[in-house]
Amino acid sequence: MNQDGADKGRRRFLTAATSVVGGVGAAFVAVPFLAYWKPSARAQAAGAPVEVDISQLEPGQLLNVKWRGNPVWIFRRTEDAVGDLDKLEGVLRDPESSEPQQPEYAQNRHRSIRPDIMVLVGICTHLGCSPLFRPDSRPEGIERDWFGGFFCPCHGSYFDLAGRVYTGVPAPTNLVVPPHHFVDDNTILIGEDEGAA
Amino acid sequence: MSESRTGGLMGWIDERFPATKMWNEHVGQYYAPKNFNFWYYFGSLALLVLVIQIISGIWLTMNYKPAGELAFESVEYIMRDVEWGWLIRYIHSTGASAFFAVVYLHMCRALLYGSYQKPRELLWIFGVLIYVALMAEAFMGYMLPWGQMSYWGAQVIINLFGAVPVVGDQLALWIRGDFAISEITLNRFFALHVVGLPLAIIGLVAAHILALHEVGSSNPDGIEIKKNKDENGNPKDGIPFHPYYSVKDLVGVVVFLIVFSVIVFFMPDFFGLFLEPPNFEPANPQVTPDHIAPVWYFTPYYAMLRAIPDPFGGVVVMGGAIVVLFFLPWLDRGRVRSIRYRGLSFKVALGVFLVSFVALGYLGLMPATSVYTMIARVCTAIYFGYFAFLWVYTYFGLEKTKPVPERVTMK
Repeated sequence: MNQDGADKGRRRFLTAATSVVGGVGAAFVAVPFLAYWKPSARAQAAGAPVEVDISQLEPGQLLNVKWRGNPVWIFRRTEDAVGDLDKLEGVLRDPESSEPQQPEYAQNRHRSIRPDIMVLVGICTHLGCSPLFRPDSRPEGIERDWFGGFFCPCHGSYFDLAGRVYTGVPAPTNLVVPPHHFVDDNTILIGEDEGAA
Repeated sequence: MSESRTGGLMGWIDERFPATKMWNEHVGQYYAPKNFNFWYYFGSLALLVLVIQIISGIWLTMNYKPAGELAFESVEYIMRDVEWGWLIRYIHSTGASAFFAVVYLHMCRALLYGSYQKPRELLWIFGVLIYVALMAEAFMGYMLPWGQMSYWGAQVIINLFGAVPVVGDQLALWIRGDFAISEITLNRFFALHVVGLPLAIIGLVAAHILALHEVGSSNPDGIEIKKNKDENGNPKDGIPFHPYYSVKDLVGVVVFLIVFSVIVFFMPDFFGLFLEPPNFEPANPQVTPDHIAPVWYFTPYYAMLRAIPDPFGGVVVMGGAIVVLFFLPWLDRGRVRSIRYRGLSFKVALGVFLVSFVALGYLGLMPATSVYTMIARVCTAIYFGYFAFLWVYTYFGLEKTKPVPERVTMK
């Protein structure tokens, strides 16, 4: 290119200005391409709250429902099981549920609104496997106090019947209690706090 | 040289497209050291497997349906009803494992003979990028049959991103495109598996080969053959790639294809290592298989992940195990490349490193008992320890090397 008499400063300015404008344009164009990956309207609608009838749920039984594609457990504890929750203090990482793994109304010893009805997201807090329900039999290899609970086969974490994690296992926190409330004595709405729209 | 324009069709083409020039640069007159040994088969074999995967993959795509309800069924349809469908599918699934087998051996060769050292740093970096892209490709490919292990393996890996502090949950949601892994996730992984990542891999392979041909191949003695040239300017210790190495590699190809065929025809699941038993059941988000193990080529990193008690720490260690590879050319300050002439401590350290990597691979397949977890922790420490040792050993000049020969040796 003929450089005679060229105004280099002007040329540099034009090159830089063109690059900046082009770069900003590219950044804006990136937005739809990235946002395209977000949950679609249909996926969000499919994540709506789920109503569950628990009138048929016997003590000791666990009901597995699906909410947002995740297993949600609704478990009716026996009176013994509620009492046993107090005996495990020493072997649990977070017996008082101080970590925010549950809505405020479930931050208590039994981690539920009613002591007998437990609602949990059935996904291990380590890497997202679904733990197995072991209401009484002690899973192989566990030598701790055991009054029933949940055992994750992926990496060997275990939880008591309130979804509280034992110490010394890979899962760092208690199982998640999803937002939920009682519509009436026998109906639970999973996915929404009481009073939410 | 053969730059002279000949007549005929080739001459006509060469005046319009550098066909002969490219052939000579990369094949006909590409001089490679004459002392290549067994370890030098795996580069060309990796290229062969890439071609096998692309062709069998295109054929599978003709009948595969990336939809939640149909994915598992369409794979069964390919296996049972499509003419020769079972063969194409087993070629592709065996090819995935074969790819990692040859790539691991290829990388091991680089460690043994210092192929990553100056001036081959970029060549090595392109190689590690191929390895990373290949892992993403394999992970997304394993999800497509939509079996139990496809689903739960993906669950574990995507939740690794969820372990990132603060933005983790949003990041995992963005990757999945749904509140749990679903057909939406399957669709985007399909797009990346069949279009996005193959393009990236092909581009990286081209860059890898161009970088190789720019600096020239290293060799088991780790010396530069370009230092000794004859009157024509060709390396005295070099021989043209074609016909010498094309014929040698052909022998490797035949042996490879024999082994490959035995697996495809007689043991396509390879004792549950290439195709895991739970993956013959359709994905069920409500039920986790009793024992989740990734496919064998990921297990060393999986063992590291499980060895660390903290999830985010585990992810960092796992990622760090790969990232550290990029820095290898600068961590190894030694001037002697080949293990043949390096110090005894280097030989021992590399041996221990390779053994612990294989041990991690085994541990990643096994349930995480407390004994195994302890061994995995030791092996993880050795894995990273090797790189730390290598830097200290070479940076402070502790290595006592043997004299390196002027010309290549033929042993």
